[in-house]
Amino acid sequence: MNVLRTVLSEARLVATRDLRIEARSRVVVDQVLPFAVLVLVLFGFALDADHRTLRTFAPGLFWVAVLLSALLAVQRSASVDAADGTGIALRMSGLSPVARYLGRATAVLVQLLVLEAVLVGGLVVFYGVDVDDWFLLVVAGVVAGVAVAATGTLYGALASGLGARETLLPILVLPVLAPVLIGATRAFDDALGAAAVDGWAWTGLLTVVALILTVVGASAHGVLVED
Amino acid sequence: MVELRAAVALLGRFPALSGVDLTIHAGETVLVRGPNGAGKTTLLHLCAGLLRPESGAVRVLDHDLTEGAGRRSVRRRVALLGHATGLYDDLTVGENLRFWARAAGLSATDADHRIDDARSRLEVPDRLVDQPVHTLSAGQRRRTSLAALVVRRPDLWLLDEPHAGLDQSGRDLVDALIGDAVAAGGTVVVSSHELERVAALSPRVVTLAGGAIVDGVGGAR
Repeated sequence: MNVLRTVLSEARLVATRDLRIEARSRVVVDQVLPFAVLVLVLFGFALDADHRTLRTFAPGLFWVAVLLSALLAVQRSASVDAADGTGIALRMSGLSPVARYLGRATAVLVQLLVLEAVLVGGLVVFYGVDVDDWFLLVVAGVVAGVAVAATGTLYGALASGLGARETLLPILVLPVLAPVLIGATRAFDDALGAAAVDGWAWTGLLTVVALILTVVGASAHGVLVED
Repeated sequence: MVELRAAVALLGRFPALSGVDLTIHAGETVLVRGPNGAGKTTLLHLCAGLLRPESGAVRVLDHDLTEGAGRRSVRRRVALLGHATGLYDDLTVGENLRFWARAAGLSATDADHRIDDARSRLEVPDRLVDQPVHTLSAGQRRRTSLAALVVRRPDLWLLDEPHAGLDQSGRDLVDALIGDAVAAGGTVVVSSHELERVAALSPRVVTLAGGAIVDGVGGAR
C-alpha cells in the first residue's frame, strides 16, 4: 500500500511539473490546438464542404486529427526531459520509472482531453454535427485518450532514447494506435449518430485496450529509461 | 565507498574505460584528472550508476552496480553535477528546487527548510526564486543546479568541472561546499582541469589516460 501511495504521489509530482511547463510555454495551446483545428478545416475542404458527407465521416476525421495532434503533444512531452541534462537528473533523482511514466502520461492525457473538447466544438461548428449521446462521447473520448496517452508516452521515451524522436515517433506509434482509431471511431459513430453501431461495446473494447497499453507502458518504460 | 576492479565501460560500441581498478574510501576527496577523452566523465557516470559496467566489478555505497537494482538504489544517494544544469527552463528557480527536493522523497516542510539552507549556502538571492531559469545567467544556473544537489544531502558527490561558468565568488562557494561535504562525512570525486584550485582542497589525485588509470589507483587509509 505504501509503495502504491509513493508511486501515485511521485506521478502527481511529475504530472504537475509537465502541466506547469505547458502552462508557461503554451506549446499545446498556441501550436498543437491550432494545428488540430486546421486539420479539421482542411478535411472539410478536401471533402468539398458537403455537410452530409462531413457528418458521415466526422468521427473518423476527428480521431485522425486527434492522433496527428497527439504526436506533436507527445514529442513536446518527451523533449522536456531531453533538455539540459534533465533526463540524467531524473534518473539520478530516485523517482520510480513507473511514477515517471504515469505522471507524464497523465499530463499528456489532460492535454489530449482539452484538445478533444476543442475538436468536438470544431465538429459542431465546421461540420454541423449533432451529438446524440454526450455521455458516450465523453466516456469514449476519455478512454481513447488514455490509450493514446499511454502509448504515446511509451513510444515517445523509446524514440527519444534512440535520438530520432521527430521522425521516428509517427512510424512507431501510429500502427500501434490503429485499433484505438477503429474503436474510437465506431464509438463516436454511435455518439454522433453517424452510423448504427453499438458504441458502448466498442467503448468496452477500447477500455480493455487502454488498460493493456497502460500496463505494458508502465512495465516497459523503466527498461527504456533506466539503463 | 567506491570500489572498481578491472571495470570496463563502453560508450556505444567503443571502450571508454578499460580495466580500471580504483578504491575510494568514505570521507576522501579525490581529484580525477586527465586530457580530454581520457574517460573522466565516463568514470563519474559509472560510479553514479548511470552506466552498466561491461565487465569487471563495481561497488558503490555497498551496492553492486553490475545489477540493475544496485544502480537504481545507488543513484538516490549520489549527487552528480555534469556539464548540463538539469534544470527546467520554463520553471522558476523555486519550482525547480522544489521539484528536485520532492523527487528526492522529502516532505514539503523538509524540502522548504533544505531549499532555504541550500540557497543560502550557494548565495541564490530571493529575487531569483520566482524567476524562470531561462532568464538566468550561466553562473546563476550553475549555482541553482548545485543548490538542487545540496538539497539532497548525498553521501557521494561526483562533480564534473564544478567551477566551470562560475565567477570568483562562485568558485569559492564550490570549494566551501566540497569542504563542508567532506566535513559532514561525505565523499567527493572531482573531475577538473583547474588543478591548482582543486589541489588547495588536498585531494588524492587519480590520473586517467586513454580510459585507464595511470596513477593514483591506491587509496591509502
